[in-house]
Formats: sequence, structure tokens, C-alpha cells
Amino acid sequence: MFRPSHFASVILFALFASTVFGITMRDTPRGMVRYGIYCFVLFVGSAIVLSWVMFLIAR
Amino acid sequence: MATTPNKPATGKSSQKGFVYLPLIAGWLVPGAGHFLVGKWVRGLLLAASIIAMFALGLAMQGKLYTSTQDILDMLCVAGDLGSGLLYFVGRMLGLGPDPVQTTLADYGTKFIVVAGLLNVIAAVDAHNLRTGRKS
Repeated sequence: MFRPSHFASVILFALFASTVFGITMRDTPRGMVRYGIYCFVLFVGSAIVLSWVMFLIAR
Repeated sequence: MATTPNKPATGKSSQKGFVYLPLIAGWLVPGAGHFLVGKWVRGLLLAASIIAMFALGLAMQGKLYTSTQDILDMLCVAGDLGSGLLYFVGRMLGLGPDPVQTTLADYGTKFIVVAGLLNVIAAVDAHNLRTGRKS
């Protein structure tokens, strides 16, 4: 059984989803890479921000 | 201001053959639609991402949905079906049968559903490449 940490799960999810988004949503290789990185940063960044928000709410 | 309507490209890929073949092939086998239109690198990256996501979901003890009695389960079955042959092979091999009991298994279940949804996006992209709507 594969047991990644929660953060590793976020990274894996963001990596795979961003790869598909980048390839399918842009026409040029440069645009694909840029959009893929953009999506990856948004996925991981929003997960981190929401985690802190929930942590502060729960205190 | 006048705008130019989008015209399909007139390359060889948009001229003959069954136009829905990349869509169907891309749904059945992740990346196959892009292989059919000659986009090998894109196809390989898509196949690697989608298959890895599906496999990791199963490795995290994610569930393959089979029940269609609950409306939410029906939506998840629809998402799972997006994986095409991966879903049917997984079902035949008896993978992912257990109910979700841990947080990680819940993540795995979501990995499997999202892999199916991403595969649908990839298959539609292959269809757009085939019709010349995208280059």
C-alpha cells in the first residue's frame, strides 16, 4: 500500500492535474509549460492557505 | 469591430478518416487519442499523468465506484468511467472494492475519480486536434 503524507498527496495531485491542464488548455509548448506551472502553484498555494485558515478557525 | 470566425485548420489530420476516432481511443486508453493525431510527447505525458493518478489512487486503497443507487455515487461512477479501459480492467481484477475507511483511502478515491475526469478532458483535446480546432 502506498502511504504518502497529506502534503505529498497534494503535491502529487497538483502535479498530475497541472500536467493535463497545461497540455490541454494551451496551444504552444511554452504556453503549456507556463500554464502548467501556474496551475501547480495555484493548487499547492491554495491548499496551504486554506490549511492555515482552517487551522486558525479551529483554534 | 468585425471579428474573423474560427476556421478549422486544413491540415491532413482534418481531412479524412473517422473524426471521432481520437476521442473514443483517447477515452478508452489515456493518451491514445494524441498518439493517433501524431502528438507523441503530449500523449506520453497525458498517459503517464492519468495512469499514474489512477494507479496511485488504487495503491492508496481508493474505491472504484460500482453502485448507482445514490445520486452522489452516480456522479462518482461517471467520473470513474472517464478512465475508460482502466476502470473496466480494475473492476475485472477486483481492485478497489473496499468501502473507504481512512483519510488516505478517501484521497485515493478522489485520485481515481479525477483521473477519469482528466482523461475526458484529454480525449476532447485529441478530438479538437483531429478536427483542427486546436494545433
